[in-house]
Amino acid sequence: MNYFKQDLASLHADLVAKKISAKELTQATFDNIKATDPKIDAFLTLNEDAALKQADAIDAQGIAADQPLAGIPVALKDNLVTKDLKTTAASKILENFNPVYDATAVSKLANAQMVTVGKTNLDEFAMGGSTENSAFKTTKNAWDQTKVPGGSSGGSAAAVASGQVPVALGSDTGGSIRQPAAFNGIVGIKPTYGRVSRWGLIAFGSSLDQIGPMTRSVKDNATILSAIAGHDDHDLTSSTQAVPDFAADLNDATSVKGLRIGLPKEFLAEGVDDGVKAAILAAADTYRKLGATVDEVSLPHNKYGVAAYYIIGSSEASSNLQRFDGIRYGYRADDVKNLEDVYVKSRSEGFGEEVKRRIMLGTFSLSAGFYDAYFLKAAKVRTVIINDFKAVLKDHDFIMGPVAPTTAFGIGAEIKDPITMYMNDVLTIPVNLAGLPGLSLPAGFSNNLPVGMQLIGRPFDESTLYKAGYAFEQNTDFHLQLPTLGGQN
Amino acid sequence: MANRINREQVQHVASLAKLEFTDAELDAFTPQLDDIIGMFETLSEVDTDGVEVTSNVSDQLNVMREDVADNWGQSAALLKNAPDAARGFIKVPAIIDESEDN
Repeated sequence: MNYFKQDLASLHADLVAKKISAKELTQATFDNIKATDPKIDAFLTLNEDAALKQADAIDAQGIAADQPLAGIPVALKDNLVTKDLKTTAASKILENFNPVYDATAVSKLANAQMVTVGKTNLDEFAMGGSTENSAFKTTKNAWDQTKVPGGSSGGSAAAVASGQVPVALGSDTGGSIRQPAAFNGIVGIKPTYGRVSRWGLIAFGSSLDQIGPMTRSVKDNATILSAIAGHDDHDLTSSTQAVPDFAADLNDATSVKGLRIGLPKEFLAEGVDDGVKAAILAAADTYRKLGATVDEVSLPHNKYGVAAYYIIGSSEASSNLQRFDGIRYGYRADDVKNLEDVYVKSRSEGFGEEVKRRIMLGTFSLSAGFYDAYFLKAAKVRTVIINDFKAVLKDHDFIMGPVAPTTAFGIGAEIKDPITMYMNDVLTIPVNLAGLPGLSLPAGFSNNLPVGMQLIGRPFDESTLYKAGYAFEQNTDFHLQLPTLGGQN
Repeated sequence: MANRINREQVQHVASLAKLEFTDAELDAFTPQLDDIIGMFETLSEVDTDGVEVTSNVSDQLNVMREDVADNWGQSAALLKNAPDAARGFIKVPAIIDESEDN
């Protein structure tokens, strides 16, 4: 089974018509994962026994026409806690951690009777843009196994792009859904901050983190976002805004007619590859042909986003990661003489290099004598960046640009150089700082690797992004081009 | 190089963060952190006089709820994740260094 040929609606139709049972679909999914994962390394844990049992139960009950997700396989980034299913955040410090509850997004999919097939690889605690910071394995790009899949949701992206699963969930703190989606030629959304409950997402930067779906098509993505969104008493930053049926609106391939789109000149500036630039300019022409206006606009403080983010995100991380102390759960060092030793040695041995770097940067930024100059300054620059977006989105329906300055880079190429790695996020980070929705979708190829386009919208206006994404998809064929992983397709 | 943060300051920050580094790690980390902090300092180019801080972007204001105890009934499952537990308690080493004279 691979999911290159079928979207969620057609899988659902086959399940309802009993052309395939949930059990057969689940078994075929595991067979395919086992055949392809030695090349891709997308998964950290498979949930085979429980998934097959769940599929049996679904078959016994039957799948009705109003259960659009029942029996459909999903993969989950391994920083989403899953009851009785090992959850590691790709860290040695959580190597043997078995949560006692499901994240809200996970339980919503379970209630819709989706079948969790496994947990996908990531950069440790979602800190990184290549999955090379995983304590366990490096995932490979679905298009070229010498390239990184991006990150931090690299396992989820590669699993969807290689046809292992039709849907995966990721999380995005500074681009961790959108960039791997772009590098693998799939669709990913970072919803508006508060759209999806963060309950059960292992916290990294609490004012930035959002969970979102990764899929092969815009419509599938919209379907899953509607399923996981909504207010949750367990996360009081989750919004009480009504959740639209995002997919129901997607039927008009010309729906961008009359819309005003802003293309920030900073998004095509120095540092953005020519191939990426060309794809985005071509996409702008596609939108113009469909009757939209594309204006050059400016986000003058965009370039300060990376610095502000690495202060704010690392500060929040240094606070959130205090809970890993070797006492209640997770790794505890052996050779300890007293309680202080438990803390220091467990953390020093349990955390990987990038996580320690972020904890250090955050602790420094929050420490006495440096708080005003670094943390407070960054929090003010965050306001300035938000105001830039507000000014553009006042008279533009959405913003378009690249997701990342380059296509997927080589495994090992940037891992020794943190600042170069951090700069890869220059086009995605400001969206998290502002809490806006950002959609990543395939927009072409450069040197045979996918280029991703990013659409950025007003708060809680994912609908416009999906409509514009759908219109683009219907008028291009980039999303139909597939990696030739082992010649399987 | 290495003038924004020095080796001693890195060690101080590490102690605040309950981390420790070997000499070799400090040799690598100190200039790296110095470079990154240099990147942070580009923020001084942005005029933020009179600008409010943004600490969160949620559309929710303070949300109140009754303070009601909720028994999850999962203490056994929770304790399974503890590195060391006995009789319903998590075991930790002595707080005082055992090698010290008391």
